[in-house]
Amino acid sequence: MRVLVIEDDQETANFLKRALKEQGHVAEYAADGQTGLELARGGAYDVLIVDRMLPKCDGLVVIGTLRAEEIRTPALILSALGEVDDRVKGLRAGGDDYLTKPYSFSELLARIEALARRTSPDESNTRFVVGDLVLDRLSHKVTRAGEAIILQPREFRLLEYLMKHAGQVVTRTMLLENVWDYHFDPQTNVIDVHISRLRSKIDKSFGSPLLHTVRGAGYTVRDSAH
Amino acid sequence: MIALTKLFRTVTFRLSLTYLALFGAAATLAMVYIYWNTTVLLTRQLHQTIDAELKGLAEQYKAGGLDQLVKTIADRSETPGNSLYLVADAQGHRIAGNLSAVSPQLWDSLGPVEFVYSRPAQGGTEARLAYANVFRLTGDYRLIVGRDIEERRELARVIGSAMLWGLGFMALLGIGGGYWVSRNLLARVDEIAATSRTIMGGDLSRRLPVKGSGDELDRLSESLNLMLARIEQLMISVREVSDNIAHDLKTPLSRLRNRVEAALGKPYGEPVYRDALERTIEEADGLIKTFNALLSIARLEAGAGGEHRETLDVSALVRELAELYEPVAEERGLVLMAASDDPVFVCADRQLMGQAIANLLDNAIKYGAPKEGGTASGSKPEIGITARATGDMAEIDVTDHGPGVPAQERERVLGRFVRLEASRSEPGSGLGLSLVAAVASLHGGTLKLEDNEPGLRVVLTLPRERNALINGAAAETEPRAETHHA
Repeated sequence: MRVLVIEDDQETANFLKRALKEQGHVAEYAADGQTGLELARGGAYDVLIVDRMLPKCDGLVVIGTLRAEEIRTPALILSALGEVDDRVKGLRAGGDDYLTKPYSFSELLARIEALARRTSPDESNTRFVVGDLVLDRLSHKVTRAGEAIILQPREFRLLEYLMKHAGQVVTRTMLLENVWDYHFDPQTNVIDVHISRLRSKIDKSFGSPLLHTVRGAGYTVRDSAH
Repeated sequence: MIALTKLFRTVTFRLSLTYLALFGAAATLAMVYIYWNTTVLLTRQLHQTIDAELKGLAEQYKAGGLDQLVKTIADRSETPGNSLYLVADAQGHRIAGNLSAVSPQLWDSLGPVEFVYSRPAQGGTEARLAYANVFRLTGDYRLIVGRDIEERRELARVIGSAMLWGLGFMALLGIGGGYWVSRNLLARVDEIAATSRTIMGGDLSRRLPVKGSGDELDRLSESLNLMLARIEQLMISVREVSDNIAHDLKTPLSRLRNRVEAALGKPYGEPVYRDALERTIEEADGLIKTFNALLSIARLEAGAGGEHRETLDVSALVRELAELYEPVAEERGLVLMAASDDPVFVCADRQLMGQAIANLLDNAIKYGAPKEGGTASGSKPEIGITARATGDMAEIDVTDHGPGVPAQERERVLGRFVRLEASRSEPGSGLGLSLVAAVASLHGGTLKLEDNEPGLRVVLTLPRERNALINGAAAETEPRAETHHA
């Protein structure tokens, strides 16, 4: 994955570059909005990480300009401003996701991986398959090893999101935002409890578990036989 | 000099000058009117007197001819008074009367005329104003009957000088009074300005002077003093809050520091280090959460945030959140019951409202469990959440059967970082209810803590959105039924 980091803080940029490289990604870096805009126009990046406050050209303007030029590279906005309103403004400007500083690197990584995947065609898939687990988005039916599993509507959407990002790490915040549309801190481990309920339905009475906990990051649905 | 120009520039002084000009004009008008009316009255009387006299003389003339007339006039001239008479021949020689010399101009004119004549006085003669009627008798004799009207001239002079003196005094009093009043007022305004400068300089305990007369300046000062008291109180509470913040953040920070230090001191290798680092991250995340909550509360209290308000069915939101929290409650051995079936619309920011309700549910789950052995029956203790419309308000209440909050503490627990002793064992920052209160007041609502007998009942009240009822088809029947009842 090729990532462009547009960030004026040298230390943050270096940290991101190094950490992304360790994860096997290629990261390039621009220190201001102007340079970032030129690089994003030219290079074929999978994801842009854009700081909101940038010298020369504001982060939202960078994204807005790219979108106006029909450049649809997914963009994650990083911001020190954490309010809901700022997030809405960021998404309205053409950003695809929004993360408030300070953030954990695992959260950032999970989000950019999800963003990069979004451009791939399986967005329109009507069936998700992981191992012997099958989710049909049209008939709202879930089967494992041919056996029907009854899920509550919310459990279905939870599994749907996890399977759409199969093989990727999905964080608790991502689940809360995308499955429940809540952009606030729920104070307790609500997501964990819902996951464990889902797990008891799809994994408990079957041989190999598909829904895994990734320590310090979140969850992933993956066929461990691979 | 500067003080004087400052004085002349005051509103009071300028007002005095304006009033002075107005009163001056009014007084002049009144005087002129009186003078004019008096003159008219006097002139009429004069005409009547002369006419009456002429009538009498004409009768005499008719009865006894010129001789009779001359005799009568000679008689009348003897009586002292203001009447003037003259009968003269064609050459202008006086035959009878008390008028001596007559100007040729008067001699030639006929009818009513005003003229100046001279009359003997102490040390010579004096010129006086007279009014007369001139007649020609047969044989070119002249008859002049008139009256001395020097008094009228005198009246005009008296009124004129009275006017001048009056206006002079008025101007003097007006300017002087204006100066005096302005100087007094200016002194008080200067005093208030000086005090407010001191307050601006940082001495918030100072108050503006109040004379006790209850005048407009006093009232202004009193209002400003109330404002200053409020500002001082706010400053004190801000100071208290920052003291609290410093204290409550110091504890986790020093815990974090100690843990890292302890890990560094141990020569155990990776697993120990990893564990220490993970716990450090956890602690840091907790701190970040606390900071975020603090910033949110501060922004909400400043009236910022919530720009994305929409017509929101809180009833549906309550159901959704109850569904989200229900498994957590169950894990703790509690039953979460949501009773909110009919849609209740409010104008609110979904995320803020969600956060507020989530905080209430989280509190109820954390602190709502009855003490060990406290359960009366075998059934699981219940946490209830209800959303309903009561009149113009939407009411969301969360009830539990936990230890509750003592009545005297209910106001206090809404403050930042306030945690009851009994709840210290649970993780939390003491900011949850403060945030709910801030969200409530931002949306024009209130947050109240009540006794659930036993347990706690938290009531979040918000103004209902009336317009939404017209849009929502499902909701349309409900308010109609209600208006009928009302």
